Amino acid sequence: MNPTKDLTQIVQTAVERHGAQPDAFIPILLEINHEYGYIPAQAIRQARVLLHQPEEHVLVSEGQLYGVASFYHMLSVQAVGRHVVKFCESAPCHVQGGRELWRAVQQELGLQAGETDPQNRFTLKTVSCLGLCGVGPVMVVDDDVYGNVTPEQLPNIFARYE
Amino acid sequence: MAFYRSHVLVSVDPECLKRGAHEVLDALNDELLAQGLLDEVQVLETSRIGDPHRFGPDLLVYPENVHYANLDVDDIPYLVEEHFLKGRTVEKFRAQEKAISDEELGAPKPKEVRIVLRNCGKIDPHNIEDYIAEDGYSALARALTELSPEQVIDEVAKSGLRGRGGAGFPAARKWQLCRQVADNPKYLTCNADEGDPGAFMNRRVLESDPHSVLEGMVIAAYAIGASMGYVYCRAEYPIAVQNLNIAIAQAREFGFLGQNIFGTGFSFDLEVRMGAGAFVCGEETALIASIEGKRGEPRPRPPFPAQKGVWGKPTNNNNVETYAVVPQILLHGAEWYASMGTEKSKGTKTFAVAGDVVNTGLIEVPFGITLREVVYDVGGGIKDGKGFKAIQTGGPMGGGLTAEHLDLPLDYEALTAAGSMMGSGGLIVMDEETCMVDMARFFMEFTQEESCGKCTPCRVGTRRLLELLEKICDGQGVPQDLNTLDDLCHEITQNSLCGLGQGAPNPVISMMKHFRAEFEAHIYEKRCPAKVCRALIHYRIEEQTCTGCTVCARNCPVEAISGARRQAHVIDLEKCIRCGICAQVCNFNAVAVESGK
Repeated sequence: MNPTKDLTQIVQTAVERHGAQPDAFIPILLEINHEYGYIPAQAIRQARVLLHQPEEHVLVSEGQLYGVASFYHMLSVQAVGRHVVKFCESAPCHVQGGRELWRAVQQELGLQAGETDPQNRFTLKTVSCLGLCGVGPVMVVDDDVYGNVTPEQLPNIFARYE
Repeated sequence: MAFYRSHVLVSVDPECLKRGAHEVLDALNDELLAQGLLDEVQVLETSRIGDPHRFGPDLLVYPENVHYANLDVDDIPYLVEEHFLKGRTVEKFRAQEKAISDEELGAPKPKEVRIVLRNCGKIDPHNIEDYIAEDGYSALARALTELSPEQVIDEVAKSGLRGRGGAGFPAARKWQLCRQVADNPKYLTCNADEGDPGAFMNRRVLESDPHSVLEGMVIAAYAIGASMGYVYCRAEYPIAVQNLNIAIAQAREFGFLGQNIFGTGFSFDLEVRMGAGAFVCGEETALIASIEGKRGEPRPRPPFPAQKGVWGKPTNNNNVETYAVVPQILLHGAEWYASMGTEKSKGTKTFAVAGDVVNTGLIEVPFGITLREVVYDVGGGIKDGKGFKAIQTGGPMGGGLTAEHLDLPLDYEALTAAGSMMGSGGLIVMDEETCMVDMARFFMEFTQEESCGKCTPCRVGTRRLLELLEKICDGQGVPQDLNTLDDLCHEITQNSLCGLGQGAPNPVISMMKHFRAEFEAHIYEKRCPAKVCRALIHYRIEEQTCTGCTVCARNCPVEAISGARRQAHVIDLEKCIRCGICAQVCNFNAVAVESGK
């Protein structure tokens, strides 16, 4: 996740890699989201220019791309902090201490779900089941997975991310 | 496949990677090369071996079955020289714990029968030759060279295989319906959008044995006459996506996918399509929309995908597990498969057991086993010696079952009759300290969040249900709410467009049916019997037990606790925010949780 990267370059690479076909919209948006951290309006405009090919009968509107980007939970059309904390809110984690942990995470970061701190360091999100229920409660920071998390471990975990 | 005298499995679990597993792996390969042992010792990557926080980076050496833990790059030359050159086990690097455990998938328990999970943890998912050595792709060879498509469908029909995605529709009949449609090309999709919270058996199969799914898909494609297929895998499973792509590339290279498979003139190819985090995409029409790059919203059926699916063409959609079973049926025969299970539910089913049970993780058992056997014999009973309260089967669209249902045989019909369903196979076990109103609220929070918003009964109805349950948990419930809940559940079930909406009220319906007294306690007595709902509980320090150590007072975030040193402390209930920190920090168990007046 690196908002300093060149957005135009990211969009171009993504379209080239996955091909300018309708069934590639989701892979393209996923790649932009991963590389840039989120999908800004400008990226949607640029992607639309590359994907819209009337001569090939592929007609694409910005609204269509925005519709896809805003539908899926793993795609974000809103800016995020340098690190994204994803907390599993599913039942197996919930009954294995996730309920207490969720309160502790919110308290530790001073954030509610969906919020980003003023220093732009963390964005807190909830995600649905990651399928790691054997080691719940589970929390993911950027791409790092933490299992069997307890409230006491939180300060140490968050300290790893600047 | 080349033969090696030793196999080394290095854990590349995320935690081990963070602790330097890749560096250890590189050092190991370098050292084996330097010692001229690369032809004798094979190094493989695997998922976690033991607890990575305790043991990582770690590795296993076969056939000796020695577990070396907490390895550092500098340890490798000595390890290679001692173990592989001189044949001596290096005791100082050995993991302290003798039992080697895969936290998700332990050694099979007495009542387990592993068919779908048979290769998981045993073979290298990155190497097609490992799969071939376990009879891989021989079922495909048999199908293509000895059987007609009709005979394949016939064999699967005789086995009694039913769709493992949850609905339990007979697989062979589905294939037949798609085969009969006179329109081409035909498509095949594999539903690997395993979104049910607590269900992760498909992930494990895709990560550990992806070829079994691919082989099943090619056989199904042959039976139906499909030329192109998609595996729709959720993006939350990055390793599954990666292993699938590796497996597809290898299968193409070996001629099991692509043009003219086995020289029979039959051609079929596969691609992986990734989801982007939408639970509703597990519904087949939404899944098809998502494959086409659209918002994953369901549409009314008919037309069924067998007539109009991907790109408007006939499409057959099955679950990961359904496809993974097919090669085994063709290899061992329909009679063998049909000999397991109950009258109408044949074979085995994988379940992901989660929650308050001793052994969480994956199991595979024949249909017909009772819930009691699953919870106590296979699952090892309830954690910390507590009592069993309920079990949620079928995921968030399923229902909660009680101790009364423990002797229920696990099959499609019995679960449906009890007001729950098979679903994809998530089992969430809840102990006596679980509040069922809170659980109902919790499941509604999930379905409300995941409702795609296309139809009103689901979009608005789930929101209203959630609001009512929140109100009851907050102690604001009134008697009329119970009737309103009943009515809403009925309306949503009757009028929603897809299975997600129709099933959304199930947890509420079943919990109100089996635990009505708990709902009533919340409403009439403003009491939470399980002492979970924050608005209905309070904390009290027991005078006789409190030693006046002041730990609770110092830890209280709102300074609600007062009392002199060595004197019993008191909580000011007006200030208290019921965070429970005092109860957690008290060393003398002097803080009691109470509910009701």
